[in-house]
Amino acid sequence: MTEQATLTAKRPAARRRESPARRVARAAYPLLWIGPALALIGVVVLWPVVVMFRTSFQHISPDGFILGSAGGRNFTDLFNEPDLKGVLTRTVVWVVAVVTVTMILSLGLAQLFNERFPGRRVARWALIAPWAASVMMTSLVFRWALDANNGVINVFLHDIGLLKSFNSNQADWLGRPTSAFVWMMVVAVFVSLPFSTYALLAGLQTIPQDVYEAAKVDGASRWRVYRSITLPLLRPAFVVSALINVINVFNSFPIIWEMTRGGPGYQTSTTTTFMFQLKQSYIGESAAMSVINFGLVILIVLLFLRVTRRTGEVT
Amino acid sequence: MAIAVTEAPPEPPAVRVRPKRARRARLTPGKVLLALTAYAIAMIFVLPYAEMIISALRPPKELLSRGYLPRHYDWSNFTSIWKTGFGQNLGASLKVAGGSTLVVLLVALPAAYYTARRKFRGRSLFLLLVLATQMFQPAAMLVGIQREFISFNLPSPIISLILVNAGFNLAFAVWILNAYFSSIPAELEEAAMVDGTSRLGALGRITLPLALPGIVTALIFTFIGAWNELLVALTLTLGAPDKQRPLTVGINNYIGQYSIDWGHLFAGSVIATLPVIALFALIEGKVVGGLTAGSIK
Repeated sequence: MTEQATLTAKRPAARRRESPARRVARAAYPLLWIGPALALIGVVVLWPVVVMFRTSFQHISPDGFILGSAGGRNFTDLFNEPDLKGVLTRTVVWVVAVVTVTMILSLGLAQLFNERFPGRRVARWALIAPWAASVMMTSLVFRWALDANNGVINVFLHDIGLLKSFNSNQADWLGRPTSAFVWMMVVAVFVSLPFSTYALLAGLQTIPQDVYEAAKVDGASRWRVYRSITLPLLRPAFVVSALINVINVFNSFPIIWEMTRGGPGYQTSTTTTFMFQLKQSYIGESAAMSVINFGLVILIVLLFLRVTRRTGEVT
Repeated sequence: MAIAVTEAPPEPPAVRVRPKRARRARLTPGKVLLALTAYAIAMIFVLPYAEMIISALRPPKELLSRGYLPRHYDWSNFTSIWKTGFGQNLGASLKVAGGSTLVVLLVALPAAYYTARRKFRGRSLFLLLVLATQMFQPAAMLVGIQREFISFNLPSPIISLILVNAGFNLAFAVWILNAYFSSIPAELEEAAMVDGTSRLGALGRITLPLALPGIVTALIFTFIGAWNELLVALTLTLGAPDKQRPLTVGINNYIGQYSIDWGHLFAGSVIATLPVIALFALIEGKVVGGLTAGSIK
């Protein structure tokens, strides 16, 4: 820092004498350090957004040739898709249900795994498993375990008397849209739990121990301590992990793709998988769906920023 | 995310130092019940992966049987899988994940160091941009990514996948490294420089070793993220040969139109998961600290 201190002291005089070229060079110096990061973000994150918007107004053949401008046709085609309404409704249910259940369960799990007990380390380890394995593989295991003929979940349900016969309509969980969608939400919660639980665990560990001691001295009940101390202090960690979950669950592709491919028909599709299905033949319309997805993500983030700003959590 | 970065240092010392009496707590019935509940939950979390291993070891004849465990175990899926192009998929995944990790290291390290040490015009704008990219995933702009990289006409989709994975994992790396560098006092570097070390020498001998846990954590998360990525890989490797298709795509190819090669699918999944478990083992203690410092996909 010494060189900087002298620089600051001399600055007024130095600036007057500096040639414009040197001034530009000095302003551009940080680019040496952050330039590569900017370039990567530009090429991989920002430019695709531009291309996506442009594509949504182009008429493109299924094999990728641009046939001319489409005007607003891609959007009107998309809005006229008979399945779109169901897809949108399902997406809302998917995000709200999965994130709500995940957050409630991980509050409990974080509390449990924050307690000291023998073997806690190993138990916490097990919790990481769905996070380490790819979501794709987890989804495929569940698809296999739900097989109507010999899936291990069906075998278990049969053993405890809940399933009457194999290869029946009841055993074919992924063949019926509603039960398939419920099972996929179960998988989505399952793979979201490790991250949320670990985020809340990290939050719990930042709460100073003496706050609890003070509450104990004051004779507060356990539930009271949890409600009045733990929950409020956990709020920042909770809000952040809820937002990340919303984004992840909204963009989630592998679960639905591997378990039902969005079918039967589009009856278990969300906007993300619907966009992927459209892309195979209607690239322009798929881009239009992407634009809407993108807008929704921005809306969610802005909403989140507003909520946290108001409560003064983001510094 | 910004929240956690400003509020919590990467490794809260308060957690480690606990009063001795807490450690020697007696096993009360309540505690036993608690531990048993935790074990049961832990079991549930591992069960799907146990089923994955068991199914990979089922002999083909027993694949459709309804026993929880096969009568015989059979390693043939693990030997015959190498004849299905799986080795080439493995190689492609190593290139994609290794390449993205290297790119993230080269790109995130200077950016994080500079933003942590210097105030300059556009600094907060840059950090905001990085934070914003964290909010987006390839799924939200897939069509754009596909069309852009097709127009680049790169010699191999592996290069595209390296760039995309590096780009979308960059944000987390910059944030966590920024938090680590900020927590290392600049005075340490200055002291070394007073003693006659050059700036780069001070960086290499003082700061980088101190930030090493953060660097390793950021790199491992990047590696795992790229290793497990499916959607972009599926999109950008359409029609590519096996040696350019990562594992996730390769494993997907065991799903045929009319039947699924479950044995190879699960054997491949087991093999693909082993390196990830090894890497997680390396950063085990850092996962919680890493989460406080940044955030994770």
